[in-house]
Amino acid sequence: MANADFAGREYPATAPYSVGREKIREFASAVGATHPAHHDLVAARGVGYPDLVAPPTFAVVIAQRAEAQYVTDPEADVDFSRVVHADEKFVHHRPIVAGDELVTVLHVDSVTHRAGIAMVTTRCEVFAEQPDGAREHVSTVTSTLAVRGEDS
Amino acid sequence: MSTRPSLADLAVGDVVGTRTVELDRAALVRYAGASGDLNPIHWDESFATEVGLPGVIAHGMLTMGSVVNVVADWAGDPGAVVEYQTRFTRPVPVPPRGAAAVEVTATVGAIDADAGTVRVDLAVTHEGAKVLGRAQAVVRL
Repeated sequence: MANADFAGREYPATAPYSVGREKIREFASAVGATHPAHHDLVAARGVGYPDLVAPPTFAVVIAQRAEAQYVTDPEADVDFSRVVHADEKFVHHRPIVAGDELVTVLHVDSVTHRAGIAMVTTRCEVFAEQPDGAREHVSTVTSTLAVRGEDS
Repeated sequence: MSTRPSLADLAVGDVVGTRTVELDRAALVRYAGASGDLNPIHWDESFATEVGLPGVIAHGMLTMGSVVNVVADWAGDPGAVVEYQTRFTRPVPVPPRGAAAVEVTATVGAIDADAGTVRVDLAVTHEGAKVLGRAQAVVRL
Protein backbone atom coordinates (compact mmCIF):
# COMPACT_ATOMS: atom_id res chain seq x y z
CA MET A 1 0.00 0.00 0.00
CA ALA A 2 1.61 3.23 -1.22
CA ASN A 3 5.24 2.48 -2.00
CA ALA A 4 7.41 4.68 0.26
CA ASP A 5 10.24 4.57 -2.31
CA PHE A 6 8.33 7.19 -4.31
CA ALA A 7 8.82 9.89 -1.66
CA GLY A 8 11.02 12.65 -3.03
CA ARG A 9 10.40 11.71 -6.65
CA GLU A 10 10.14 14.50 -9.22
CA TYR A 11 8.55 13.95 -12.63
CA PRO A 12 9.48 15.63 -15.91
CA ALA A 13 7.32 18.60 -16.91
CA THR A 14 4.01 17.62 -18.52
CA ALA A 15 2.98 18.53 -22.05
CA PRO A 16 1.39 22.01 -22.10
CA TYR A 17 -2.25 22.38 -21.04
CA SER A 18 -3.90 25.13 -23.11
CA VAL A 19 -6.31 27.13 -20.94
CA GLY A 20 -9.37 27.90 -23.07
CA ARG A 21 -12.10 30.47 -22.50
CA GLU A 22 -14.91 27.95 -22.77
CA LYS A 23 -13.12 25.66 -20.27
CA ILE A 24 -12.92 28.52 -17.78
CA ARG A 25 -16.61 29.30 -18.33
CA GLU A 26 -17.54 25.61 -17.99
CA PHE A 27 -15.54 25.11 -14.80
CA ALA A 28 -16.79 28.40 -13.31
CA SER A 29 -20.40 27.36 -14.01
CA ALA A 30 -19.77 23.94 -12.46
CA VAL A 31 -18.66 25.52 -9.16
CA GLY A 32 -21.32 28.26 -9.29
CA ALA A 33 -18.77 31.04 -9.82
CA THR A 34 -20.89 33.79 -11.35
CA HIS A 35 -18.34 36.62 -11.16
CA PRO A 36 -18.31 38.21 -14.64
CA ALA A 37 -14.49 38.07 -14.84
CA HIS A 38 -14.87 34.29 -15.49
CA HIS A 39 -17.43 34.72 -18.24
CA ASP A 40 -17.17 38.10 -19.93
CA LEU A 41 -14.02 39.35 -21.63
CA VAL A 42 -14.85 43.02 -21.16
CA ALA A 43 -15.47 42.46 -17.45
CA ALA A 44 -12.20 40.48 -17.07
CA ARG A 45 -10.23 43.24 -18.76
CA GLY A 46 -12.04 45.76 -16.55
CA VAL A 47 -10.62 44.00 -13.48
CA GLY A 48 -7.17 44.16 -15.09
CA TYR A 49 -6.71 40.74 -16.70
CA PRO A 50 -5.65 40.11 -20.31
CA ASP A 51 -8.39 37.46 -20.71
CA LEU A 52 -10.97 35.46 -18.73
CA VAL A 53 -9.63 34.64 -15.25
CA ALA A 54 -9.90 31.12 -13.82
CA PRO A 55 -11.65 30.44 -10.49
CA PRO A 56 -9.35 29.85 -7.46
CA THR A 57 -9.65 26.03 -7.64
CA PHE A 58 -9.38 25.66 -11.44
CA ALA A 59 -5.75 24.58 -11.13
CA VAL A 60 -7.00 21.24 -9.77
CA VAL A 61 -7.92 20.27 -13.35
CA ILE A 62 -4.27 20.63 -14.33
CA ALA A 63 -2.90 19.18 -11.09
CA GLN A 64 -5.01 16.02 -11.24
CA ARG A 65 -3.76 15.30 -14.76
CA ALA A 66 -0.19 15.61 -13.54
CA GLU A 67 -0.88 13.52 -10.42
CA ALA A 68 -2.18 10.71 -12.65
CA GLN A 69 1.44 10.02 -13.67
CA TYR A 70 2.03 8.91 -10.09
CA VAL A 71 -1.27 7.43 -8.88
CA THR A 72 -1.81 5.26 -11.98
CA ASP A 73 1.70 3.82 -11.80
CA PRO A 74 1.29 0.21 -10.55
CA GLU A 75 4.70 0.49 -8.86
CA ALA A 76 3.37 3.37 -6.72
CA ASP A 77 0.75 0.97 -5.29
CA VAL A 78 -1.95 3.59 -4.68
CA ASP A 79 -5.31 1.77 -4.81
CA PHE A 80 -7.65 4.53 -5.98
CA SER A 81 -10.76 2.70 -4.78
CA ARG A 82 -9.36 3.10 -1.24
CA VAL A 83 -8.34 6.73 -1.56
CA VAL A 84 -9.92 9.59 0.36
CA HIS A 85 -8.95 13.18 -0.41
CA ALA A 86 -7.58 14.54 2.89
CA ASP A 87 -6.55 18.08 2.07
CA GLU A 88 -5.79 20.52 -0.70
CA LYS A 89 -3.95 23.81 -0.92
CA PHE A 90 -3.55 26.32 -3.74
CA VAL A 91 -0.98 29.08 -3.81
CA HIS A 92 -1.37 31.40 -6.79
CA HIS A 93 1.68 33.43 -7.73
CA ARG A 94 -0.59 35.02 -10.32
CA PRO A 95 -4.11 34.09 -11.48
CA ILE A 96 -4.49 31.62 -14.36
CA VAL A 97 -6.02 33.27 -17.43
CA ALA A 98 -7.34 32.00 -20.75
CA GLY A 99 -4.53 31.69 -23.26
CA ASP A 100 -2.04 30.34 -20.73
CA GLU A 101 0.02 27.35 -21.85
CA LEU A 102 0.68 25.55 -18.56
CA VAL A 103 3.24 22.86 -17.86
CA THR A 104 3.36 21.06 -14.52
CA VAL A 105 6.19 19.49 -12.59
CA LEU A 106 4.88 16.87 -10.17
CA HIS A 107 6.68 16.14 -6.90
CA VAL A 108 5.84 13.34 -4.48
CA ASP A 109 6.70 15.14 -1.24
CA SER A 110 5.95 12.36 1.23
CA VAL A 111 4.58 8.86 1.64
CA THR A 112 3.99 7.85 5.26
CA HIS A 113 2.30 4.88 6.89
CA ARG A 114 0.49 5.02 10.21
CA ALA A 115 -2.14 2.78 11.79
CA GLY A 116 -3.10 1.02 8.56
CA ILE A 117 -3.43 4.25 6.58
CA ALA A 118 -0.96 5.65 4.07
CA MET A 119 -0.77 9.42 3.69
CA VAL A 120 0.56 10.62 0.34
CA THR A 121 1.37 14.27 -0.34
CA THR A 122 1.96 15.50 -3.87
CA ARG A 123 2.92 18.98 -5.02
CA CYS A 124 2.33 20.34 -8.50
CA GLU A 125 4.38 23.32 -9.58
CA VAL A 126 2.53 24.94 -12.48
CA PHE A 127 4.36 27.19 -14.92
CA ALA A 128 3.19 29.28 -17.87
CA GLU A 129 5.36 28.70 -20.93
CA GLN A 130 6.19 31.86 -22.82
CA PRO A 131 6.67 31.90 -26.61
CA ASP A 132 10.42 32.40 -26.04
CA GLY A 133 10.54 29.22 -23.92
CA ALA A 134 10.83 31.03 -20.57
CA ARG A 135 8.71 29.70 -17.69
CA GLU A 136 6.70 31.86 -15.31
CA HIS A 137 5.72 30.26 -12.00
CA VAL A 138 1.91 30.48 -11.78
CA SER A 139 0.59 28.13 -9.09
CA THR A 140 1.56 25.56 -6.48
CA VAL A 141 -1.05 22.87 -5.77
CA THR A 142 -0.47 20.61 -2.78
CA SER A 143 -2.71 17.61 -2.29
CA THR A 144 -2.81 14.95 0.42
CA LEU A 145 -4.52 11.60 -0.11
CA ALA A 146 -5.31 9.05 2.58
CA VAL A 147 -5.13 5.44 1.35
CA ARG A 148 -6.91 2.92 3.56
CA GLY A 149 -5.25 -0.45 3.97
CA GLU A 150 -6.94 -3.75 3.12
CA ASP A 151 -8.02 -4.27 6.74
CA SER A 152 -9.26 -0.76 7.58
CA MET B 1 -19.30 43.86 -6.90
CA SER B 2 -17.79 47.12 -8.09
CA THR B 3 -16.81 48.37 -4.62
CA ARG B 4 -13.68 46.65 -3.38
CA PRO B 5 -13.28 46.22 0.37
CA SER B 6 -10.49 48.17 2.03
CA LEU B 7 -8.05 46.64 4.50
CA ALA B 8 -8.38 49.64 6.81
CA ASP B 9 -12.12 49.07 7.21
CA LEU B 10 -11.73 45.44 8.31
CA ALA B 11 -11.40 43.89 11.76
CA VAL B 12 -10.74 40.30 12.81
CA GLY B 13 -14.09 38.63 13.42
CA ASP B 14 -15.99 40.62 10.78
CA VAL B 15 -18.39 38.41 8.83
CA VAL B 16 -17.82 39.25 5.16
CA GLY B 17 -20.49 36.96 3.75
CA THR B 18 -22.81 34.02 4.25
CA ARG B 19 -24.31 31.75 1.63
CA THR B 20 -26.19 28.50 1.15
CA VAL B 21 -24.86 26.31 -1.68
CA GLU B 22 -27.34 23.73 -3.01
CA LEU B 23 -25.71 20.62 -4.50
CA ASP B 24 -27.84 18.17 -6.48
CA ARG B 25 -26.90 15.14 -8.58
CA ALA B 26 -26.82 17.24 -11.75
CA ALA B 27 -24.28 19.54 -10.10
CA LEU B 28 -22.09 16.52 -9.34
CA VAL B 29 -22.28 15.25 -12.93
CA ARG B 30 -21.54 18.74 -14.24
CA TYR B 31 -18.50 19.05 -11.95
CA ALA B 32 -17.30 15.55 -12.89
CA GLY B 33 -17.32 16.58 -16.54
CA ALA B 34 -15.82 20.02 -16.03
CA SER B 35 -13.04 18.80 -13.74
CA GLY B 36 -12.29 15.41 -15.28
CA ASP B 37 -12.79 13.70 -11.90
CA LEU B 38 -14.86 10.67 -12.93
CA ASN B 39 -14.64 8.75 -9.65
CA PRO B 40 -17.95 6.76 -9.55
CA ILE B 41 -18.51 7.53 -5.83
CA HIS B 42 -19.85 10.87 -7.12
CA TRP B 43 -22.46 9.44 -9.49
CA ASP B 44 -22.96 5.68 -8.98
CA GLU B 45 -25.06 4.85 -5.89
CA SER B 46 -24.29 1.12 -5.89
CA PHE B 47 -20.54 1.72 -6.24
CA ALA B 48 -20.60 4.31 -3.44
CA THR B 49 -22.40 1.99 -1.00
CA GLU B 50 -20.13 -0.95 -1.94
CA VAL B 51 -17.08 1.05 -0.80
CA GLY B 52 -18.78 1.89 2.48
CA LEU B 53 -20.18 5.35 1.82
CA PRO B 54 -23.74 6.35 2.81
CA GLY B 55 -24.47 6.91 -0.90
CA VAL B 56 -23.30 9.24 -3.64
CA ILE B 57 -21.22 12.06 -2.14
CA ALA B 58 -20.16 15.43 -3.51
CA HIS B 59 -16.60 15.87 -4.77
CA GLY B 60 -14.65 17.51 -1.94
CA MET B 61 -13.22 19.78 -4.63
CA LEU B 62 -16.76 20.79 -5.69
CA THR B 63 -17.58 21.84 -2.14
CA MET B 64 -14.22 23.61 -1.85
CA GLY B 65 -14.67 25.31 -5.21
CA SER B 66 -18.27 26.38 -4.52
CA VAL B 67 -17.89 27.88 -1.06
CA VAL B 68 -15.02 30.20 -2.04
CA ASN B 69 -17.33 32.18 -4.32
CA VAL B 70 -18.59 34.15 -1.33
CA VAL B 71 -15.00 35.34 -0.79
CA ALA B 72 -14.31 36.11 -4.47
CA ASP B 73 -17.56 38.06 -4.78
CA TRP B 74 -16.85 40.03 -1.60
CA ALA B 75 -13.32 40.82 -2.86
CA GLY B 76 -14.78 41.94 -6.20
CA ASP B 77 -12.03 40.03 -8.02
CA PRO B 78 -11.67 36.23 -8.06
CA GLY B 79 -7.98 36.65 -8.93
CA ALA B 80 -7.43 38.35 -5.56
CA VAL B 81 -7.61 34.94 -3.86
CA VAL B 82 -3.88 34.22 -3.69
CA GLU B 83 -4.05 31.20 -1.37
CA TYR B 84 -6.82 28.76 -0.55
CA GLN B 85 -6.66 25.60 1.48
CA THR B 86 -8.85 23.14 3.31
CA ARG B 87 -9.12 19.74 4.93
CA PHE B 88 -11.93 17.44 3.91
CA THR B 89 -13.34 16.34 7.25
CA ARG B 90 -16.74 14.87 6.37
CA PRO B 91 -18.44 13.82 3.12
CA VAL B 92 -21.57 15.59 1.84
CA PRO B 93 -24.13 12.95 0.75
CA VAL B 94 -26.26 14.11 -2.18
CA PRO B 95 -29.75 12.54 -2.51
CA PRO B 96 -31.07 11.23 -5.86
CA ARG B 97 -33.85 13.87 -5.75
CA GLY B 98 -33.61 17.33 -4.27
CA ALA B 99 -30.32 18.79 -3.07
CA ALA B 100 -27.88 18.85 -0.18
CA ALA B 101 -27.57 22.29 1.42
CA VAL B 102 -24.08 23.46 2.39
CA GLU B 103 -23.94 26.52 4.64
CA VAL B 104 -20.99 28.90 4.44
CA THR B 105 -19.98 31.73 6.76
CA ALA B 106 -16.87 33.73 5.84
CA THR B 107 -15.14 35.63 8.65
CA VAL B 108 -11.98 37.76 8.77
CA GLY B 109 -9.42 35.57 10.56
CA ALA B 110 -6.27 37.69 10.27
CA ILE B 111 -5.08 40.90 8.66
CA ASP B 112 -1.55 41.42 7.36
CA ALA B 113 -1.28 45.14 6.68
CA ASP B 114 2.34 44.87 5.44
CA ALA B 115 1.49 42.23 2.87
CA GLY B 116 -1.84 43.88 2.04
CA THR B 117 -3.67 40.61 2.61
CA VAL B 118 -6.53 39.37 4.71
CA ARG B 119 -7.13 35.76 5.71
CA VAL B 120 -10.78 34.82 5.45
CA ASP B 121 -11.85 31.74 7.42
CA LEU B 122 -14.73 29.70 6.05
CA ALA B 123 -17.05 27.79 8.35
CA VAL B 124 -18.69 25.18 6.12
CA THR B 125 -21.43 22.86 7.41
CA HIS B 126 -24.00 20.39 6.13
CA GLU B 127 -26.94 19.53 8.40
CA GLY B 128 -25.12 21.21 11.26
CA ALA B 129 -21.89 19.20 10.93
CA LYS B 130 -18.59 20.69 9.75
CA VAL B 131 -17.59 19.32 6.32
CA LEU B 132 -14.43 21.37 5.69
CA GLY B 133 -11.73 21.91 8.30
CA ARG B 134 -9.41 24.87 8.49
CA ALA B 135 -10.80 26.30 5.25
CA GLN B 136 -8.87 29.52 4.72
CA ALA B 137 -8.54 31.91 1.80
CA VAL B 138 -5.87 34.60 1.69
CA VAL B 139 -7.09 37.62 -0.29
CA ARG B 140 -4.93 40.44 -1.58
CA LEU B 141 -6.76 43.77 -1.30
